[in-house]
Amino acid sequence: MKIRSTEIVGTFAEAFKMWGARVIVTAATKQWGLAAAQSMTGFATSVIGCKCEAGIESILSPDQTPDRRPGVSILLFAMDKASVGKRLLERIGQCVMTCPTTACFNGLDGEEIVQVGSQLRYFGDGFQGSKKLAQRRFWRIPVMDGEFTVEESFAVQQAVGGGNFIILGTDEKKTLAAAGAATRAMGTVKDIILPFPNGVVRSGSKVGSRYKTLPASTNDAYCPTLKAVVDSSLPADVNCALEIVIDGLTETAVKQAMAAGIQAAAKPGIRQITAGNYGGNLGQYKINLHELNL
Amino acid sequence: MPILLKQIATPDVPLEADNITPARLAGQTPASVEKLTVMHGSEARYIGDFFSVTGQSDEVVNMQGDHLGRVKLIGAGMSRGTIQVEGDVGEHLGAAMSGGEIRVIGNATDWVGPEMSGGRIEIHGNAGHMVGSAYRGATMGMAGGEIIIHGNVRNETGNAMRNGLIAVAGNSGDFTGVNMLSGSIFVLGELGIRTGAGMKRGTIASLRDAQLLPTFSYSCTYRPGYMMLYLLHLMDVFAIGEEYLQGSYKRYCGDSVEMNRGEILLYAG
Repeated sequence: MKIRSTEIVGTFAEAFKMWGARVIVTAATKQWGLAAAQSMTGFATSVIGCKCEAGIESILSPDQTPDRRPGVSILLFAMDKASVGKRLLERIGQCVMTCPTTACFNGLDGEEIVQVGSQLRYFGDGFQGSKKLAQRRFWRIPVMDGEFTVEESFAVQQAVGGGNFIILGTDEKKTLAAAGAATRAMGTVKDIILPFPNGVVRSGSKVGSRYKTLPASTNDAYCPTLKAVVDSSLPADVNCALEIVIDGLTETAVKQAMAAGIQAAAKPGIRQITAGNYGGNLGQYKINLHELNL
Repeated sequence: MPILLKQIATPDVPLEADNITPARLAGQTPASVEKLTVMHGSEARYIGDFFSVTGQSDEVVNMQGDHLGRVKLIGAGMSRGTIQVEGDVGEHLGAAMSGGEIRVIGNATDWVGPEMSGGRIEIHGNAGHMVGSAYRGATMGMAGGEIIIHGNVRNETGNAMRNGLIAVAGNSGDFTGVNMLSGSIFVLGELGIRTGAGMKRGTIASLRDAQLLPTFSYSCTYRPGYMMLYLLHLMDVFAIGEEYLQGSYKRYCGDSVEMNRGEILLYAG
């Protein structure tokens, strides 16, 4: 299968069941909202090393937020519900509550919830208070610029992590440009995030390592410098490979994002687009590239 | 299809009509509804003595009449469904209700929603004293739900209120939020005197300035984040200017003769 001159390899991305939450951060200005969101989603590229994966889903205009201020929508994913709760508590407490003028709201509907504001409230040292409005409880924690408003509980839902595709290009410049085009196109898809820097990862990994303590190690089959010494998956004229990883609230959203990204990345100088998998033995989802709406 | 109770006779003394709830009337025929009792003073009478009944209730009850102000306890104890009243209503409207909605296209007198724990009451006119309050001798008033008053209210609104929201588009009388335990009272107009006397916790907010008791101390002028949530919620029913959404509020803490954990917020511009 080809899109323009780029071959789409007949393989599949192996994705995993995760749990996800949506956090709406608002602030007096877009800049402060972004500052909190970037802080909260920092060091959250991979559950392997960061305990969660998180990213900015979208920038919200005042008419899209609960308190009519500029806002940012964040998605956070972890392997189980309890872990989502722990990571939310840590990251909202350390990254959002600390940021001037912010407030923090649950952005999902659902029965499954984790407690956040009801735990963070203790920072108020007894001066905290709550307000319940239309079945939602908000905690007000006194801070040095006034109050931090945070919703008591956040809904969590089953989600899909680790959707991916790999762009194989003839050189770094063309591959970076293709990856940039892909992430821009995927930025319009709702319910997903791209957890790596600017949405792109160069250190794709395989399961296991020759070193016993490491659960994952470099994906040598896609390292151009190792073409001569390993069983490489790279065509002869490919000198750069970049991966885009997608986490989403639904499998449909992940597939939509993959399709949008692959369409945008298929450019001159991109020989192949393929996907990472573990033989289908680890993940609960197999997303076949040829079955995407390309 | 709603059931319609149309007033055909004016009671000599106030009727006690706590049988008029959506759940009580649900599924009944007009004839059986007319046979339900109401207390007329010390005398048990039938609903049919005072109302013509048509339709069959699917938990929506409509009431019409020029003298419904002499009918007490409409919707008392109700837990679901809707009552809509066209006309003024008598005392104890929605007393101790836990769910459902009461809408009054008219005025209400005293004791709207006393000790209610859930549901919603909306009065399109004025209301009297003791809205959402505790009964005399009781320690706790309204414990949940919402009371929305489009006009003015009189004294002791939210007396010993424990939770929920009371919102008044007009002015309130004296002792608003007296002995309040928690919850929120929003008065878009003027507050009377001695607001929040004896309050332990909770919020009383007004879009006007007010003279407060000396047992309330000024803390700061700021923009309470949650205030926006409440004002946006109230904008569904009241006309509230954009300046109040964007504005700052003076925060007073009190009542210092109690726990000093309550707050009064006054719009500062």
